[in-house]
Parts: sequence; C-alpha cells; structure tokens
Amino acid sequence: MTQSTTADLGADAPDAETEATRRDFLLIATGAFAAVGAAAAVWPFIHQMNPDASALALSSIEVDISSIEEGQAITVMWQGKPVAIRYRTAAEMEEARATPVDDLADPVARNDNLDPAAPASDENRSVPGREQWLIMLKVCTHLGCIPLDEAGDYGGWFCPCHGSHYDTAGRIRIGPAPENMAIPPFEFLDETFVRIG
Amino acid sequence: MQHDYFPRYEPKTAVGRWFDSRLPLTRLMYDSFVAYPVPRNLNYFYTFGGILSVMLVVQIVTGVVLAMHYVPHEDFAFDSIEHIMRDVNYGWLLRYIHSNGASMFFLAAYIHIFRGLYFGSYKEPREILWILGVVIFLLMIATAFFGYVLPWGQMSFWAATVITNLFSAIPLVGENIVTWLLGGFAVGQPTLNRFYSLHYLLPFMIAGVVALHVWALHVTGQTNPTGIEVKSKQDVVPFTPHATIKDAFAMTVFLILFAWFVFYLPNYLGHADNYQKADPLVTPAHIVPEWYLLPFYAVLRAVPSKLLGVVLMFGSIAVLFILPWLDTSRVRSANYRPLYRQFFWIFVAVCIGLGYLGAKPAEGGYVIAARILTTYYFAHFFLILPLLGLFENPRPRPASIADSVLKPADEVSGAPAAAGGVAAPETRG
Ligand code: HEM
Ligand code: FES
Repeated sequence: MTQSTTADLGADAPDAETEATRRDFLLIATGAFAAVGAAAAVWPFIHQMNPDASALALSSIEVDISSIEEGQAITVMWQGKPVAIRYRTAAEMEEARATPVDDLADPVARNDNLDPAAPASDENRSVPGREQWLIMLKVCTHLGCIPLDEAGDYGGWFCPCHGSHYDTAGRIRIGPAPENMAIPPFEFLDETFVRIG
Repeated sequence: MQHDYFPRYEPKTAVGRWFDSRLPLTRLMYDSFVAYPVPRNLNYFYTFGGILSVMLVVQIVTGVVLAMHYVPHEDFAFDSIEHIMRDVNYGWLLRYIHSNGASMFFLAAYIHIFRGLYFGSYKEPREILWILGVVIFLLMIATAFFGYVLPWGQMSFWAATVITNLFSAIPLVGENIVTWLLGGFAVGQPTLNRFYSLHYLLPFMIAGVVALHVWALHVTGQTNPTGIEVKSKQDVVPFTPHATIKDAFAMTVFLILFAWFVFYLPNYLGHADNYQKADPLVTPAHIVPEWYLLPFYAVLRAVPSKLLGVVLMFGSIAVLFILPWLDTSRVRSANYRPLYRQFFWIFVAVCIGLGYLGAKPAEGGYVIAARILTTYYFAHFFLILPLLGLFENPRPRPASIADSVLKPADEVSGAPAAAGGVAAPETRG
C-alpha cells in the first residue's frame, strides 16, 4: 500500500493498516509453526538410522588374557570392531620409547583411559603398571581397514589399503592415516580378566 | 527447439480423439519420439543416451527379479547369492546380466559424458540439461556402490567400510555421521539392510531425473557435431524413423558386447575376493573399487591428507557442475577448436591414466604419478578451459548444419570466411 492511498482512505486508514499487520502476523506465525512441525516430523526419520538399543547394549566385554605369552597377541571383537590385545616384548617397548614425541605425526595419546590431551608417549599408550599390555582398536584411522600385525616400516602394523605404517605402540608414523590407533576404555579386573568398554 | 517442422500428432480414430482430449499421453510420446526433429548430422556418439535408457530398464528388471531371491541379512546374503547362482532357474543369467549390466551402464555413461565434453553439449542454453546429467551420474555411483555391498563378500564389506569412513573426514561431526550411516559402530546387519533399501530406491529416482533430463533436452534440442543450432527444416530429420533406427542399430551392437561379457567373461570385471564371505577381521591385501570408480579412487589416494583427499575426490565430480561457466569459448564443437581438441584427448588420457593408477598399490612412483595426473585433471578445468577460450583461434564454421553435410568439405570451411571477409572477432573465443 502506497503513501497516497493511505492518505486517500482518510479516517479508515489506521483500521485498514491494523488489519494488514494482524494478518501478516498470523501468516508468519502459522508459517513458523508449520516449519517447526515439519522439522520435528523429520527427526524420527533421521534418528531411526542411528544405532538401535540392541547395538548400544553390547557395550562392554570381559576377556581372559591369562594364556597370552610375551610377544603374542589376540584379537577380540568389541562393538563390531577388532581390538588387539598385545603382550609386548621389552624390545618392542624400547623401540617405541626411543622415539621422541616430537617425531610423531599425531602427538596425542588417543587413550580413552587418560586425559584427552595426554601426549603420545609410549607410557601413555597403556595404563600405569601394565605398560607391557597394548590394548587397542585395530582399525586404521584413515578409512577403517584392519592393519596387518607385525608389519610395516616400523615393525608395528601396516595398513594395506592405502599404505599407513604404525609403530609398536600403534602410533601412526607415515601414510594417510591422521591419528594413532584408538585405545578403548578398559580395566584389568584381576590377573586373568580385562574388561573392555 | 522449434517443433513445427514435421506434422504433429493427429488422432485418427474416435477412441484416439476421446483419449487425447482427456490425457494427451499418446500425443506426448508421438511428438517426443516420432515427429520430434533431430539434427540430420548426428553421429553414433549421439546414440548413447538411448542406450543408457535401455540399460536403466535392464537393471531395474533384473534387479526386481533378483530381489525375489536375495536375502539382506549378514548371515544369509552371501549364501543367497550362491543360491541364486546354483539353484534359482536362470538365476546365474539374471545375476550376471545385473552385475555386468552395471559395468555396461557406466561404460555407456562415460562415452555419453565425453561426447558432451567434446561437442560442448554443456554450453548455453543446455546448462540445466548438463547439470541434471551430472546428478544422474552421482545417483548411479551411489546405486552401484550400494549394490556392490549386497553380495556381502570381502570386497563388498571393505568397500562399505572405506567409503562410509570417507565421511569421518568431515570436521567435528564426521564420526557421528559415519555411525549414523552405518547404524552401528562398524559395518554390519543394519548397514546391509539399509543399503538394500536404498539400492532398491535410487534407480527409480534415477528414472525420475532421466525424465527431467529428457524434458530439458526436448526444450533446447540436441547439439550436433558442428555445434551450430538448427536454423531451418533443411537441418533436421524426424526422430522416427531416422534416430529410431540408428539408435536401434547402435543398441544391438552394444548388446552384443554386453552379451559377450555375460556369457563368456562374466567375472572378468569383478574381483575374486568377492566370492569370499565378508570377514570383519581381515581386510583383503588389495582393496580396489570396480573399474568405473578407479579414477576417483586414484585421486583420493594421491593426497596425503585425509580431509583434502576426500574433498578432491568429490570435487573431481563436482567440478562438472560448474563446467558450463569454466569454459569461456563461445565455439561449441571441438571440431572447430584446434587447441581444445588436443587438450580434450590429453584429458581423456589423463582420466584413463588415473583409472590405471587407481588399480595399482598406493606406493612409490604410482603415488607420484597419481599426484601429477590429479593436478592436471583440475588444471584442465580451472586453467586450461578458461584460458583456451580467450586465446584459441577457432576454425571457421559452416553457415548451417545443412551446409556442413551437403556441400563439399573445402567449400564449407572456406565459405563463411570468404563471404564476410571476416575470420571475425565474433567467431573467436
Ligand atoms: C541404476 C541401476 C542399478 C545399478 C547400477 C545396479 C548395480 C548393482 C551392482 C553393481 C550389484 C552387485 C552385483 C554383484 O557383484 O553381484 C547389484 C546387486 C543387486 N541389485 Fe542392483 N543395480 C541397479 C538397479 C537395481 C534395482 C532396481 C534393483 C531392484 C530391487 C536391484 C537389486 C539388486 C539385488 C537384489 C542385488 C544383489 C544380487 C547380486 O549381487 O547380484 N538393483 N546391483
Ligand atoms: S584405511 Fe588404512 S591406509 Fe587407508
């Protein structure tokens, strides 16, 4: 509505204008309500794709480690992913310890049992007092392949998919993978059992 | 395109008239595929659109019958494929048609796309037509990927793992997106089940976009090897019988190639690892995608950074969306662009080279070569195409499509230049 029309309408003008404003308000309010409603209706369709209750229920496992000798490793499944449990030799640990943290591609420990900012020293890749045990998600942090044991330029793991090399502490040394392999939350229950998750 | 060169639909019976005035479907078909004028000089590269439509139908028909026997469950999927191969009547045939059909579909799509690149089909006024084509290509890739997961072999499983993990490169929310896509913390039953649902859905979405693609085509009309728009009835022939017969002949030749693969080399394009059941504990030593995705895989692996690798891989397709605005030349067909024509063939070689490198292990010289070719791939779009339009001196073009076919070659190329006395600025760039 232009200025002149408003003037022409004379005394009726303010009324007409109030009407228009109220309608605008109703229109916008209805529109907004419908938009919020539509967005809320979409959510169940999106959220149904997230892990369901049965997948979330399998969140921890207990593993018997009493039969693993020094230099041996076993692989167990946790949340659909392989976890390596490796009883490392002194030589392997020495090799990992000799590497300055500054030389690492990823300087963060990626250990769920420690502070998220803990540096990626060999000690921080396990838990205090049990440094010989490396318990780690054996999943390449590039695109999720399973690296080969005791392989690669650093004697730890080698991912054949796109060529990532990990050292004996599971830390990324060269290749496209951005992070050290992840250490899941775990706890030694006694000499025989460790609980993962 | 002007559409009154040939007589339009005229219902001949009372029933025809009755129907036509209520739903002019026959009219739409007649006017689109019988009376529709096509340039008289189309070559065989212009038959691949029709071939692609038929391939889509082949995939849908074989897919729907395979779905009657396939079981989308992690414990049974692999066995159900073997059941199809051994027990189901003609199951082996239907499956081989479907799995080789995917390859043939992509072969046709690549020829179709490179045809567009050569003859400048993406240029004004066909930008929307081109963009719809790129959308179809993306949907095809998604469909083929979901389909490849269904047999639940080793390659299926690890392709699903690697491809979904690409999304973990997204900062902050990447991991959540991957979990959401998988329906778990690793590829498993929820993943297989939803991929099956999507594999069934997407081909029908492709069919929908194809309809839009053809609609857009029939608004602007086809290009042709001269790149000159249709100017008069002299330039065109009716779709039926001319294009119909030519398409049918090309299709027959294409189907012979297809049949050769289905009957004599049914597993040649596949990977032996996929006849091993999925094992979440062991990644095969060489995981590679199907041949039609190798060039993009090479781009992914060429980059040492995870995020950048993923960005460039998607970028190598996304760049096609803006191609109409990157090519600055006003001359459409490479036949009249002496420099672009050479760069076109270099580009083809680069794409094939990337495909070769995508199949090789990501190490040493292969990675270096992949980096060089990836750089060239993007330079083609962002440097060469914009600059060529400014510096290239196009060859004189014939005055019309009819001229180009009816007059002897030397006269055609000489005529327009002599006529106006101009190798004029308006023909340049
Ligand atoms: C755009 C069209 C399509 C493409 C490119 C495509 C591609 C593929 C591919 C590459 C495979 C794996 C083949 C193998 O290695 O065994 C596959 C499998 C399968 N597809 Fe499709 N497909 C398409 C349409 C459909 C449709 C419409 C259905 C209908 C439900 C379908 C149902 C299936 C089934 C049940 C399988 C598993 C059986 C098998 O692997 O042979 N597909 N598809
Ligand atoms: S998944 Fe391990 S290097 Fe790519």
